[in-house]
Amino acid sequence: MYTKDGESYFIVDAHVALWDARVENQRNIHGKQFIDCFYDYHSNLSPDAEKWGYEEYLYQGGERLVKDLFEDGYVDHAIFQPAHLGEFYRNGFGQTEEAFALTQANRHRLTYNHHFDPRNGEAGLDQLRADAERFGLQGVKLYTAEWHGQSRGWRLDDPWAYRYFELCRELGITNIHIHKGPTIRPLDRDAFDVADVDHVATDFTDLDFVIEHVGLPRLEDFCWIATQEPNVHGGLAVAMPFMHTRPRYFAQIIGELVYWIGEDRIQFSSDYALWTPRWLVEQFVDFQIPDDMTEYAPLTTAQKKKILGLNAAKMYGIEVPEHLRLPDADETATGPRQPERADLVGAR
Amino acid sequence: MSTAAVGRAAAVPTLLDVRRVLATVADPELDEPITDLGFVRSVDLAEGRVEVHLRLPTSFCSPNFAYLMASDAKDALAALPGIGEVVVELDDHHDSGLINAGLAADADYRGTFGHEAEDSLDELRATFRRKAHTAAVERCLTALLRADPDLPEAAVGAVTLGQLPPAAPTTRALLRRRAEVGLGDHPDAVVLVDHAGTPYPPEQVPMALRRARSTRISIDGNAHFCRGLLRTRYPGSEDDQAPRGDEAFFSVEALLAGASAPATPATPATQEKDH
Repeated sequence: MYTKDGESYFIVDAHVALWDARVENQRNIHGKQFIDCFYDYHSNLSPDAEKWGYEEYLYQGGERLVKDLFEDGYVDHAIFQPAHLGEFYRNGFGQTEEAFALTQANRHRLTYNHHFDPRNGEAGLDQLRADAERFGLQGVKLYTAEWHGQSRGWRLDDPWAYRYFELCRELGITNIHIHKGPTIRPLDRDAFDVADVDHVATDFTDLDFVIEHVGLPRLEDFCWIATQEPNVHGGLAVAMPFMHTRPRYFAQIIGELVYWIGEDRIQFSSDYALWTPRWLVEQFVDFQIPDDMTEYAPLTTAQKKKILGLNAAKMYGIEVPEHLRLPDADETATGPRQPERADLVGAR
Repeated sequence: MSTAAVGRAAAVPTLLDVRRVLATVADPELDEPITDLGFVRSVDLAEGRVEVHLRLPTSFCSPNFAYLMASDAKDALAALPGIGEVVVELDDHHDSGLINAGLAADADYRGTFGHEAEDSLDELRATFRRKAHTAAVERCLTALLRADPDLPEAAVGAVTLGQLPPAAPTTRALLRRRAEVGLGDHPDAVVLVDHAGTPYPPEQVPMALRRARSTRISIDGNAHFCRGLLRTRYPGSEDDQAPRGDEAFFSVEALLAGASAPATPATPATQEKDH
């Protein structure tokens, strides 16, 4: 919970990780390249006071996570969204056992999502059944750029992926978080293409698809798809810290999102441990669209409350204190949300 | 071509020639020359042999774009009159080995990537040329709307190239992008068109412009993010980066200055901090 100026915000950090990128867990050079890339993101987009050293960035452990999220970070509830990266890390990148144990010890404030890979075929389907039962899964995190033997990526509309989504439906795993990384197969196409999201969202209307990083670097494609599909949501992982480095760019991102998909389908996350939630929550509550950007309406306190926690809480059935709840906006299910701002006058 | 140019072309190329050629190679995704982005790490030229090293903001930048830039650089350098051996290498990328071996062997795209390559990268290139054109359209029309409060909304979909300020960087940029998608530069040509040159019916104009805006925001945002990451990854590389031109981040002032007095140096309009 974060309180400022008499307003209280229920905080759900919808994308966190407990990773291990230490040298002894790196399987090859790509394990180092991957965490170095994360560390450059962290270094480039963080305020100086929030920057970590490289060594502590490699591994945090559960105690530090609990402190950073719940003691220092105002977070009421956090959701693990692990990336496996088995080709890069011996014991995987996301630490399944450690994160699940931590979840069991903190049931009131942690949810564990797991992952699957449709290239594991029938065996993977059996594994998903077992995982759903063991972890009590409500959601999964899918990373389409995961390497797997000779394959360096998959698409959500691959026939095998459909088998997995059908099983998700059967098992009650309804929250599908998707991270579009630089998917390499096939190399001919745009690696970040989100067109496959369109296909699955249309074919599985009873599942909700949360596109992490709001489709960045293809924000425009994401917005266009999401505005047409009521079950597509935007996760703000990685987009949040632009608030600090490029506030005008962040204003445009959030302005576009509110315009195209509305205030009820955007979820805050710190992407811990890429960044920590405290400064992101504080800055977001203070954030406003600059006055000269008249093409966007100013962000309201209610919108900030929804984005910071109420939207994800609703998706996951997380109990929110009565006085902090808000009703859904009276908005269209598809199409632009602020038609009065769709016009060209707004650009002036 | 002047005789001076012919005379120079026959001789061994200079470092300046190499730089000029590299400046014709663009990052298709960011729609900017690799030289302005700081992606050229080093150029060594000796006795007609040139060796160029490229660098990117992360090890995990998409290998198809990485390959396109590296192979475009090699092709452009190989076409320099009088050039000897051309070596282009991509440093510190997860696919450096694969890409550099392919470039050294002139193995082309499919020869380089084997089973991961299905056909060609032509469609990928076309997709991003279209996005670049869309963004250029939005910059021109939004600038016009902001500069001319009396422009009726219904007229935006009918604005022609001839109605844009000819010297504005946004206009010049649009003409270049139009040429790249195969559209002409006749003054009567409509500005708000898709990549095939088709205009929009009046009721679809606001939505077309809104979509174009999200495309422009996406490209500009990526360009700034990639620049920042490169500086973090390679300290000192900021010295090799040119500010993103005001054709991308314009202000009304810069636009009006550009329209009335083309010699006025344009100031990047972004006032954001950038670490």
